[in-house]
Amino acid sequence: MEKKIYLDNAATTKTRPEVVEAMLPYFTELYGNPSSIYEFSAQVKRGIDEARAKVAKVIGAESSEIFFTGGGTEADNWALKAVAEVYASKGNHIITSKIEHHAILHTCEYLEKNGVEVTYIDVDENGIIKLDQLERAIRPTTILISVMFANNEIGTIQPIKEIGAIAKKHDILFHTDAVQAFGQVPIDVNEMNIDMLSASAHKLNGPKGIGCLYIRKGIKLRSFIHGGGQERKRRAGTENVPGIIGFGKAAEIALETMEERARKEIRLRDLLMKRILDEIPFVRVNGDKVRRLPNNVNVSFQFIEGESLLIMLDMNNICASSGSACTSGSLDPSHVLLAIGLPHEIAHGSLRLTVGHENTEEEINFTVDRIKEIVEKLRRMSPLYEDFMKKKQ
Amino acid sequence: MYSQKVMDHFTNPRNVGEIENASGVGTVGNAKCGDIMRMYLDIDDNGVIRDVKFKTFGCGAAVATSSMATELVKGKTIQEALKVTNKAVMEALDGLPPVKVHCSLLAEEAIHAALWDYAEKKGIKIEGLDKPKSDIHEDEEQEED
Repeated sequence: MEKKIYLDNAATTKTRPEVVEAMLPYFTELYGNPSSIYEFSAQVKRGIDEARAKVAKVIGAESSEIFFTGGGTEADNWALKAVAEVYASKGNHIITSKIEHHAILHTCEYLEKNGVEVTYIDVDENGIIKLDQLERAIRPTTILISVMFANNEIGTIQPIKEIGAIAKKHDILFHTDAVQAFGQVPIDVNEMNIDMLSASAHKLNGPKGIGCLYIRKGIKLRSFIHGGGQERKRRAGTENVPGIIGFGKAAEIALETMEERARKEIRLRDLLMKRILDEIPFVRVNGDKVRRLPNNVNVSFQFIEGESLLIMLDMNNICASSGSACTSGSLDPSHVLLAIGLPHEIAHGSLRLTVGHENTEEEINFTVDRIKEIVEKLRRMSPLYEDFMKKKQ
Repeated sequence: MYSQKVMDHFTNPRNVGEIENASGVGTVGNAKCGDIMRMYLDIDDNGVIRDVKFKTFGCGAAVATSSMATELVKGKTIQEALKVTNKAVMEALDGLPPVKVHCSLLAEEAIHAALWDYAEKKGIKIEGLDKPKSDIHEDEEQEED
């Protein structure tokens, strides 16, 4: 197949043509600064307001509760650092999970160096957070619970409503990093008792460099970026207008097409998983089989290493990713795969394939055929496989 | 990220396989770090490496350095093989990304481990060869350090 097969939609997605089209006028025609007084700029401001409403609608929030940021990572940083600072008089304890994105984990590590105490809750073998452990970890000084909505590597969806209920019961703020879930699965911030939520446009066929933090009305949270009065003084700096417009459009389409997309993606996802499990020996699926993002497949092939697999897939024009150490530049494989209890050598042999609405069954079948060949080739040169087969004899 | 030579040796690795009743076998690295190399040597009575095979679990650089190392020692004497350093392997591959330099060290160690095994089997001492640090024997492979 000459054409590129893109199966890395959890990393980023292709910007929809409709989104690009919506953005374009805001570069060359509607370029006014939304903070200016003249009518030319008021038009731009209206565009932003509309986009904000579209983003808010995805999670059942009010427009005024959406604050645009430079992306999901910024939103995560803002939520954690600002809560730690603003609520310092109430306490200095944060609860999170072991499988968060690095935007949360590394921010927590930073906060720990500054006197904040963080408890990292375990997950079970499918990546679902241990709710009893979470509730037991609550102290009088706990000021925030931050648990991701869905995991970026293994696709496991957390019991967010239950976590929200626990947070509410103990009167603790609840933040969720919903970067992978926003626009992909139904979210209702009120029903789920979510106080803060991070999202990013480029994961839902929107542009890169734009995201948002939802902050429930009434929650005190200091500014993250200081300067002008943009975003109601909470996030200063002239707005990324085309980005915001693009985010709005992408959110609107994501909400409209959610059911239909999910159906299609689940069909492709399940075909991928089924064929891999049926046709390749010594393989396991990582993550929960039911509570799972529609687009996520994560498998581990025993006896082989992920980076080799990725390069060989790349030579077949197939884009995927892995939790292998070699792909991260460190010696340790993915913290998520280790947290669900995989031994190192199995974690090194992991492959993540995340489908999108544009993928076809033909692409999936072609990909599985190539994976089969590559896994076989790599196993033929693997000393681990050799030892395993000898022991079996 | 990789040079053309690395890609060539990764996609068409030379000397993959096993040697039955090999003169020396060395396995280095560990699964925890994601790299294991095993080198098989067939050494004749004159101390010349007649044949060499390898098996590697690891990234593209690990496979390519193993492959290149086998090419560099094939047909060489033991003393010549000892001079195949990780630097030589790297140069022959037109370089490696900095995070992958350890792969070339592993390739050097794999040769040394196989030579050490040969020396032990023969009951001889090879001048200039020390016991390789990270040599792991087959039974110990599951052990985590």
